[in-house]
Amino acid sequence: MLRDTWLVFARVMLPVVRNPVAVVFGLAQPLLYLALFGPLLGDSGWQWFVPGLLVQLALFGTAYAGFSLLPEVRTGVMERLRVTPVSRVALLVGRVGKDVVLLVVQGLLIVLAAMLFGFRASAGDVLLGLGLVALLGIAIGSASYAIALKVKLEYVFASVLSSTIVPLMLLSGVLLPMSNGPRWLYWLSRVNPLAHVVDAERSIFNTGSVLLGLISVSALVLTGVFYGVRTFHRESA
Amino acid sequence: MIKARGLARRFTTKLGPVDAVRGVDIDVAVGELVGFLGPNGAGKSTTLRMLTTLLQPTAGEAVIAGHDLLTDPAGVRRNIGYVGQKNGASADQRVAEELAFQARFYGLGKHETRRKVGDLLERFELQGMEKRAVITLSGGQQRRLDIAMGVLHDPRLLFLDEPSTALDPQSRRNLWDHVKQLKADGTTVFLTTHYLDEADFLSDRLLVIDHGSIVGEGSPDELKNSVSGDLVVLGTPQASLVATKFENAVVDGEKVNFRIPDGDRALPALLRDLDQIGVELHSVQVHRPTLDDVFLTMTGRSLREEANAA
Ligand SMILES: Nc1ncnc2c1ncn2[C@@H]1O[C@H](COP(=O)(O)OP(=O)(O)OP(=O)(O)O)[C@@H](O)[C@H]1O
Ligand SMILES: [Mg+2]
Repeated sequence: MLRDTWLVFARVMLPVVRNPVAVVFGLAQPLLYLALFGPLLGDSGWQWFVPGLLVQLALFGTAYAGFSLLPEVRTGVMERLRVTPVSRVALLVGRVGKDVVLLVVQGLLIVLAAMLFGFRASAGDVLLGLGLVALLGIAIGSASYAIALKVKLEYVFASVLSSTIVPLMLLSGVLLPMSNGPRWLYWLSRVNPLAHVVDAERSIFNTGSVLLGLISVSALVLTGVFYGVRTFHRESA
Repeated sequence: MIKARGLARRFTTKLGPVDAVRGVDIDVAVGELVGFLGPNGAGKSTTLRMLTTLLQPTAGEAVIAGHDLLTDPAGVRRNIGYVGQKNGASADQRVAEELAFQARFYGLGKHETRRKVGDLLERFELQGMEKRAVITLSGGQQRRLDIAMGVLHDPRLLFLDEPSTALDPQSRRNLWDHVKQLKADGTTVFLTTHYLDEADFLSDRLLVIDHGSIVGEGSPDELKNSVSGDLVVLGTPQASLVATKFENAVVDGEKVNFRIPDGDRALPALLRDLDQIGVELHSVQVHRPTLDDVFLTMTGRSLREEANAA
């Protein structure tokens, strides 16, 4: 199974390695936030803003992953792969692995760019921070592939994504502190697991507790991977 | 090698259930080459997808290459090869790499993989395209790559779903030779096709499916014989007189068409009889029934029309 996962991973990784332009384009959006939104928060804002930006990167970077599966389902690629003895889990995990590797690379580049603006972080913080982001990526990526496999049509998948990602992001406090708003909005954000992940990411680069965030991200990983594996086992693509 | 009983698949759609396959029994012996013939929408692909573990049957059971389809799908997958109706290579992958990964997925070692890939590139005339992205290949080239991926691990049992679609006559011939060679090497082959000449040329035995049920079975010759006899066409000015002598004869201007069993042998005596009653003949033709005739008789539809209409 490890071998299978590695093979699936290597297969989807190769085209990206050959053509890394896509990775760079994936950085455009967070870099714009960094350059055009970050300065609005003042000099002291970087320590608060950059961790949130990393979580946002994880969200946007992996939620769309499922799109890459749809042409493979429509042509016979998924079918061909599903007839091979390769483990169904590997078919999912290998793909998610590619997305998470790209996410970590992008996250690292964002951190380095942010340091030019005045963001400060130790190597250990960066390691922990990217680890948390990677976990979130695993959860969201797995769910994304599973949902894509379920809905099968691009336009349906696109509307599922936009109707979930935007509220998740707005209620996570990546851009402005949720405590600035009215109480009902604050409490609404408290039921969003992503908000706790954002808090934990901020704690890593500053001070504070990461406990709630870790619990949230663990729950997300378990749910996402379980749902993904189950769908890949079942779905006759 | 294949033993399926009551295999059925019902799809539920918004407009109600679709019974794509309605309980088919299929037996294929080791080393047999069986053709699966049927018009569009007959249920060929659905059957193949069930037999290859891709689709859960709604009823029935099967043992494929010694493994139970329902309880040991992984065992089935290890022992079969499959070329689907649609293209199986990713647009952004390179030809040789896609082949190599396929080999590795089937557990081949690195060395073995390299040898196999080189061999198949040559055999399916894909040399020089190793480093091309799949998306740049022509339809026929992609099809050849699909087939190469399906046979690469030398499966004991091979499923081919309309393998010759998109192939030019020469590539088709090449594919036929390849399939014959596989059979000679002991591979059991189960293939669907729309091409009657292909089914005729390749298959030891044919299964005919229509509306999800098997409507006929036998060797190509047996099936042809099941169409009541050979078609005889006589050219004569006394067409209507001649027509009275044969059952179901059809007059078409100065021509009479009718069917008799074993036309080649029956004809000499028949011509003598006609001569004796003073019938003047211009021309004589005998046509063996084609599989198209078989089709027409069994399904009430012409396969060729159906295939062309799609
Ligand atoms: N996923 C599905 N949902 C609903 N109906 C389906 C589905 N897949 C196939 N069908 C229906 O089942 C029937 C059999 O389809 P199948 O693909 O097996 O036909 P086929 O014999 O392979 O035809 P063709 O020669 O066109 O490839 C068709 O009526 C088809 O519309
Ligand atoms: Mg089909």
